[in-house]
Amino acid sequence: MMSLYLLIALSPLVGSIIAGLFGWAIGRRAAHVVTILGVAVSAALSLKMLHAFLTGQAEVFNAPVYTWLTVGGYEFSVGFLVDSLTAIMLVVVTSVSLMVHIYTIGYMQEDPGYQRFFSYISLFTFSMLMLVMSNNFIQLFFGWEAVGLVSYLLIGFWFKRPTATFANLKAFLVNRVGDFGFLLGIGLVLAYFGGSLNYADVFAAAPALASKTIQIFPGVEWSLLTVTCILLFVGAMGKSAQFPLHVWLPDSMEGPTPISALIHAATMVTAGIFMVSRMSPLFEMSDTALNVILVAGAITALFMGFLGVVQNDIKRVVAYSTLSQLGYMTVALGASAYSVAMFHVMTHAFFKALLFLAAGSVIIGMHHDQDMRNMGGLRKYMPITWITSLVGSLALIGTPFFSGFYSKDSIIEAVSTSHLPAAGFAQFALLAGVFVTAFYSFRMYFLVFHGKERWMENHDSHHAHDEDHEDEEVTADHHHGLSPDETPHESPWVVTLPLVLLAIPSVLVGWFAIKPLIYGGFFKDSIHIDAVRHPGMTELAEEFHGPLAMVTHSLTTLPLWLAIAGVVTAWVFYMKAPQIPAKIKSTFAPVNTLLEKKYYLDEIYFAVFAKGSRALGTLFWKVGDMLLIDGLIVNGTAKLVGAFSGVVRKLQTGFIYSYATTMIVGVLALVTIWFAQLILR
Amino acid sequence: MFENLLSLTVWTPIVAGILVLATGGDQRAALARWIALAGALAGLAVSLPLYTGFDNLNGGMQFVEMKPWIDALNIHYHLGVDGISMLFIILNSFTTLMVVAAGWQVIEKRVAQYMAAFLIMSGLINGAFAALDAILFYVFFEGMLIPMYLIIGVWGGPRRVYASIKFFLYTLLGSLLMLVAFIYLYFQAGKTFDIMAFHDLKIALSTQILLFIAFFLSFAVKVPMWPVHTWLPDAHVEAPTGGSMVLAAITLKIGAYGFLRFALPILPDASRELAPFMVTLSLIAVVYIGLVALVQTDMKKLVAYSSISHMGFVTLGLFMFAGNNLNQWAVEGALVQMVSHGFVSAAMFFCIGVMYDRVHSRNIADYGGVANKMPIFAAFMMLFAMANSGLPATSGFVGEFMVIMGAVQVNFWFAFAAATTLIFGAAYTLWMYKRVIFGDVANDHVAEMKDVNKREFLILAILAITVLGMGLFPQAFVAKMHLTVNDLIAHVAQSKL
Repeated sequence: MMSLYLLIALSPLVGSIIAGLFGWAIGRRAAHVVTILGVAVSAALSLKMLHAFLTGQAEVFNAPVYTWLTVGGYEFSVGFLVDSLTAIMLVVVTSVSLMVHIYTIGYMQEDPGYQRFFSYISLFTFSMLMLVMSNNFIQLFFGWEAVGLVSYLLIGFWFKRPTATFANLKAFLVNRVGDFGFLLGIGLVLAYFGGSLNYADVFAAAPALASKTIQIFPGVEWSLLTVTCILLFVGAMGKSAQFPLHVWLPDSMEGPTPISALIHAATMVTAGIFMVSRMSPLFEMSDTALNVILVAGAITALFMGFLGVVQNDIKRVVAYSTLSQLGYMTVALGASAYSVAMFHVMTHAFFKALLFLAAGSVIIGMHHDQDMRNMGGLRKYMPITWITSLVGSLALIGTPFFSGFYSKDSIIEAVSTSHLPAAGFAQFALLAGVFVTAFYSFRMYFLVFHGKERWMENHDSHHAHDEDHEDEEVTADHHHGLSPDETPHESPWVVTLPLVLLAIPSVLVGWFAIKPLIYGGFFKDSIHIDAVRHPGMTELAEEFHGPLAMVTHSLTTLPLWLAIAGVVTAWVFYMKAPQIPAKIKSTFAPVNTLLEKKYYLDEIYFAVFAKGSRALGTLFWKVGDMLLIDGLIVNGTAKLVGAFSGVVRKLQTGFIYSYATTMIVGVLALVTIWFAQLILR
Repeated sequence: MFENLLSLTVWTPIVAGILVLATGGDQRAALARWIALAGALAGLAVSLPLYTGFDNLNGGMQFVEMKPWIDALNIHYHLGVDGISMLFIILNSFTTLMVVAAGWQVIEKRVAQYMAAFLIMSGLINGAFAALDAILFYVFFEGMLIPMYLIIGVWGGPRRVYASIKFFLYTLLGSLLMLVAFIYLYFQAGKTFDIMAFHDLKIALSTQILLFIAFFLSFAVKVPMWPVHTWLPDAHVEAPTGGSMVLAAITLKIGAYGFLRFALPILPDASRELAPFMVTLSLIAVVYIGLVALVQTDMKKLVAYSSISHMGFVTLGLFMFAGNNLNQWAVEGALVQMVSHGFVSAAMFFCIGVMYDRVHSRNIADYGGVANKMPIFAAFMMLFAMANSGLPATSGFVGEFMVIMGAVQVNFWFAFAAATTLIFGAAYTLWMYKRVIFGDVANDHVAEMKDVNKREFLILAILAITVLGMGLFPQAFVAKMHLTVNDLIAHVAQSKL
């Protein structure tokens, strides 16, 4: 089995190395062939694994690959843990990655960095696989930071653009803030959970530590598990873009669209969700940590959804939608519904990757204009993109029978059964979020695919918007838009094929997977729930009577009607009476500004953290180093020595003074000897 | 063949250096270069058996050589290495090879003298790491400064006089007191300068503290620790690329090594008493210097400050006491950090040197968009910048990770302060990288930059392999030091009052 798992993990790496180091020699075609081959091997084997787990033929695999480090008698190895939780992530990562690889052939075909791009996305796939297959915290952190690195490289892929290099630095640093907490959490695990960092050992040690407290502040006793879990969750907040560490994700849209789909929607950003699920034996022991998770998730789910409403850039709408959906998953974690969170990770991966890739297809059709105000009526020109987008949007808003319906409804049900204090707020936020999601999704859908064809009339406005991108001739994703005599066109088959292939699971996977995944005991021991304290999932299982019953039941519950209301409102606002949103905008101008400014968080963070640390650094440098240490002490001493030698030199000018000089030297020598004797005693 | 191995590592580079000097003026510069390269290769070749022949199951001194030197004062030519010093001898021999290659075409004037200075310095540094006699150590320790003075003073930048005076003033301050301490210990130990004999001395706490201060002033300047660090940025800025590489990769390590070889085992009680002081200075170095690095406008200064910040992890790890015991994670982490920093800082300074050779500026503002003209170079520098930011799978992660893991076990807030380097380290390194490498071609000078040549590529590739290799297989280094560190911890745990 080990060789099989090595093959799954390493084949994308091989592709990445070949395309990255030798891409200049083998050319474009070979570069995409070799990377796609690598990922295809991984995807095929992963599917085989998942099948084995679904049919109960596979055993949990947990073994080291090689010893990375030994300290104090403990071995810290790179190693694989493959269980049902891993298997589901393997399939999600490799299948979406494969779709994105194929799509990239079309999307990046004119880009001079073609081989580099393929090398990066294969490297990303490898890193993500190492993350999800890890059996220990160190390798988890390796993968964790490695996907962050590739994300950094890809957001800044068009490194000439100032906005891109600003966004990638921001993404890396905000993620590092999360990793800072994560690393300290790992430190506490190492320090208190028996000295090993293997999951199995740590989880085995955890029950005995249930009542263990530590003093972080002198005199204040805190539960060890609560502190550890919250610190670990800070890592998840960075990677999965939870409030208040979410600010990097919208800016990450500076990267090419394929990676927005792969990294910033389907896979990397779900690493935090995966991690908390993996650590469920720890999180289950701290209700405080679960409450924190509920609150962070609920805020993200609702308030990031609001921001999606005011965006005009098609990618940014999808980006805020991703933030909001990540909030849903996080709430599921807080409600101890880990399997539901993972289910939503999977369905979301398919329909969100679909929406992003469809947005990319629209962007290609619009000649790299991303402003929805310049679109409209595209369904005539891009039929495949249109239908698949509709499928993705319906899945996203939770239309019955679509995959998103099953996962999202389950989350809302799960949080309603949670007894934690924060669950009430979370439930409210998720319900309100359903309306918001439906509204912004169909706002986008109507603006892009229906209504008037605006690309001819609005030409000046979008050119004004493009002033900051001057290097248009080189990069593929530059925003020049259609010229007046052009019409949008459907994208080539390499672009539309992945759309169709992703649309299929976006519709079907919920119906077929909900029973085995959530209620069929698929996750077995890979997810641990303390059913006494958190009985929610047990209650849900009692109420579950199959996917069809869920649909009929939904007719009598709020979420479905909220979603319908959202769609209808969007239709009224953007198809029937476009004066209404304008009117609302002017009436509630301050709210609108607040939303357009993204709650001013970027400005606050920049002023406090970026400028603050630079001001502090300047202070330490100019005052501490240059004025006090160098100016006063070092150069002062030098001047003192200079002055002293000046005196000594004068002493030596005449014959008589040489006596005095000798005398001073003698006295100094005596003092030294006396001092030496003093020490010697 | 192992009897004289350490002598070979000390004298091979020195003899090669003298041979290089014998080539004379610049009319035979080519010959001087090749002899220097052969000497550096030979130096590395004779040091590698130290690794392969090292007995992992022996924590004590290996490859010991001892001959009388000055009988009247009972001074010996006494060499030996344990699992700690052995690694630094190899690191030094490796760095020397990199430096000779780095100066190959760049240095055009007084080539023989330049190459000779590095080779001789390399031998002296190996001597300092291998010396088991305090006076022998002192001679090597002071002797290695002379070539460095010359390197900065002759091949340095415009403010080299100020830099070397500053360097001189700082180091003079400490090393004389260290000599006094040695003389005191000589009498206490029954008129011997044997360092191992020093380790067994019983010393009163007040005396230990005085001796600690003497050692501290000598070694803290070398590390350098805050607040005696301000010579380093100036020295780096004025030094030629090779000088900076050796300074960062090796010379700083001697300071930390001094704490390890002298202060901790000879003065365990004083070390314990003063550990809070050492930890505080180390954490100031990590945080304060990290912020100072952020606002630098000169690339070399930035990397110099980043070195100080990274060395803060070393001194932090070395003085991480929990009760009587040093924390093993922290000590081994400090050692790994020392080796890793040798690779990463050398690579960073080399990268800056590569750009300096083309544009003749170290100012960040004079660059921008280098990746457009030098994509291969940009890829290498990305790797080293990430290593400098402590990215896992590079060597830069391992040491910092281990020290932080050790610190959590002792005091959460030590770890908290140290871990801020995750943020600040990435911020100053990647912000510089962004301004220098990313963006559109900033000016005509950048537009004329040519990508790395074969020699530069080879150096970068070798450094990249070491940085990745150490990040992926740190066990290859750590396995060698386990027993020595265990012995050290056990030794330090014993009170000597």
